[in-house]
Amino acid sequence: MALLQIAEPGMSTAPHQHRLAVGIDLGTTNSLVATVRSGLALVLDDQEGHSLLPSVVRYHANCDVEVGYAAQAAQNNDPHNTIVSVKRFMGRGIADIDDSASLPYRFVDAPGMVQLKTAAGVKSPVEISAEILKVLRQRAEAALGGELVGAVITVPAYFDDAQRQATKDAAQLAGLNVLRLLNEPTAAAIAYGLDNASEGVYAVYDLGGGTFDISILKLSKGVFEVLATNGDSALGGDDFDQRIFCWMVEQGRFSPLSAGDMRLLLTKARDAKEALTEHTDVRVTAVLSTGEMMDATLTQTVFNAMTTGLVNKTLAPTRKALRDADLSVDDIKGVVMVGGSTRMPCVRHAVADFFKQTPLTNLNPDKVVAIGAATQADVLAGNRSGDDWLLLDVIPLSLGLETMGGLTEKVIPRNTTIPTARAQEFTTFKDGQTAMSVHVLQGERELAADCRSLARFELRGIPPMVAGAARIRVTFQVDADGLLSVSAREQSSGIEASVQVKPSYGLGDDEITRMLKDAFTHAKDDMYARALNEQIVDAQGLIAATRAAMLEDGALLDSAETDAINAGIAALESLLTGTDHQAIKRGVEALNAVSTEFAQRRMDQNVRRAMAGQKLETFG
Amino acid sequence: MDLTQNHFELFSLPQSYALDRDRLDSAYRELQNAVHPDRFAAKPESEQRVAMQWATQANEAYQTLKHPVNRGVYLLRLQGIDALDASNTKMAPAFLMQQMEWREAIEEARADKNMAALDALANDLRTSHRRIETQLADLIDKAHDFGAASEVVRQLRFMDKLIAEVGDVYEELEN
Repeated sequence: MALLQIAEPGMSTAPHQHRLAVGIDLGTTNSLVATVRSGLALVLDDQEGHSLLPSVVRYHANCDVEVGYAAQAAQNNDPHNTIVSVKRFMGRGIADIDDSASLPYRFVDAPGMVQLKTAAGVKSPVEISAEILKVLRQRAEAALGGELVGAVITVPAYFDDAQRQATKDAAQLAGLNVLRLLNEPTAAAIAYGLDNASEGVYAVYDLGGGTFDISILKLSKGVFEVLATNGDSALGGDDFDQRIFCWMVEQGRFSPLSAGDMRLLLTKARDAKEALTEHTDVRVTAVLSTGEMMDATLTQTVFNAMTTGLVNKTLAPTRKALRDADLSVDDIKGVVMVGGSTRMPCVRHAVADFFKQTPLTNLNPDKVVAIGAATQADVLAGNRSGDDWLLLDVIPLSLGLETMGGLTEKVIPRNTTIPTARAQEFTTFKDGQTAMSVHVLQGERELAADCRSLARFELRGIPPMVAGAARIRVTFQVDADGLLSVSAREQSSGIEASVQVKPSYGLGDDEITRMLKDAFTHAKDDMYARALNEQIVDAQGLIAATRAAMLEDGALLDSAETDAINAGIAALESLLTGTDHQAIKRGVEALNAVSTEFAQRRMDQNVRRAMAGQKLETFG
Repeated sequence: MDLTQNHFELFSLPQSYALDRDRLDSAYRELQNAVHPDRFAAKPESEQRVAMQWATQANEAYQTLKHPVNRGVYLLRLQGIDALDASNTKMAPAFLMQQMEWREAIEEARADKNMAALDALANDLRTSHRRIETQLADLIDKAHDFGAASEVVRQLRFMDKLIAEVGDVYEELEN
């Protein structure tokens, strides 16, 4: 087994040193992990040769956890403790889950995110997803023979901030360093676009197990620019299964179903749906635990008729995305199909009719997202020169604030390219008002109550003034993962307050820490050793990178500045001989702080070089 | 980051309303290629932070220059004029009349569920939008009449709202 490679202090990264990074498609139905080896992206199989890991987690009373095929096989017998399609519950409250009554789970209505009662205790969707990610991490580490430096995790493009944050939390809980959250259709576009060296405007139609995304992208000279995205984060293959399930209940005239029978029928429904991809009809039989039976034939015609509504539900967001991009169907050069549900002939026909062209299905719709994510992970880990391509993605839903009268004031409109920042000024409503409550919202609706509530925080200590005199500047910053942070500042006094937006639907940092502790206790892993090891690797990387930067651009610094950075390096190096990971962490922060100005000057230099070509064109 | 640099200077473009869109696009691509956070994901945190600031700035500048209304507002602000000042609502009566007619036409197409009428209207609005853009370029770049330009920017903003309303009606009729 290969050991993790660490460059000698002071040496820049050796050209042959390959940093282990993976792309993970955390799907509703199945999950995959892929990586780039010898320049080729490939999906990593488990020991039995399976690429797909069913996104199914089973909890036992003794706290053992099964993930994947074994858990899937048990779902009919142990429906309460076997969680399928957990992605649908990420960042969601119980009220958001329409069909909670027809699901065999024991939901717990927790503040923010719904939780599920299992034999091993109450679990949040974040913890359940983390179990899936842990298995994929272990699979990758076994296959690649070393610890991962990081992972790109894909999310549906239409995921809101709460769902994205929940996904990032799950990855962190699984011990993964998240290099980037990447939108699934964009990941597919990388895999597809690089494969075909395409130019022009493409649509990516991504219908997965539980989510639908449509993204319109412009591919030009190695830049993948998302022009617009839309979708439905609660629409997917599972809904098609539900329709067949209802048909089966009708055919069998069944009495109220037990959880096990419900799961049995849902499994049969999915088998029938998959059979109808290849055949014009399928015989559906089931024997329930009560002895009740059904035996009927489902034809493709009947299936198509009962799912027309669902297929049409994907076309409305598609039209909207085209309109937002200010394009018509005729502008679309190709349509890429992604997600297992696009195998259904009725979906393919509807998409072909809508776009007036045959959609592209030459890449495996189950694997294309993971392949794209792995390709991007390879770039982000620093394994390529990085000049090959660039992704410019957008936020799917507008971000705003609640104003007087419960209305929404949009601060950043949907389809704004990230990273982005926008500031808006607000004022007080009453004379002498000294506090202001900031309610952060996401969505397109006029009324605050109809949008998703992301966070609430208060700005206190505003000097008393007459109504309308205070000037409170609220700044929204969305990072490259599409995650929002908000800060508020009273302009005359300089009073400030800010939040990393995770409270109402994500988990607090302390909650994550508690879960991490629990997880490591159960895994009998030495948390402290792991934290120390991670911190040392991090610090060594920083020292090497800083030295390399000084070697390259030392001329940008005067001697006092050079001394300050060298002192920071020396201080951090001396800390590395000890075992206090908190002290090392502070040393890393200190070195980062002292090199900020240097980083800025290096970037300015970068920009001047990059724009030099533009200037020549201008005056040439 | 040179904060005294305006958006046009950032992209090495002439400071004018008339815009060479291809040049803006290629300058934006070059700049993002150099500063985007994806280029610094494996670098120290200090560099990642600077990259995010720069990429944010590049996006802001690009969106401002790309968008016809925003570009007009921005150019006028560089002249010290707030075109969207709430106290300044002056609008030519002829334009107001025209605008009312468009509103009625949208309402009519909606009530009659007439897609063909809506298509025609959308085309009409786009044509007028382009005509007003040309007019704005003349006022800012040639006549340097920034007062008149402010009013035309506001007209353009009205047009954007109308086009958005047409989009809403499309959505309503399609579903």
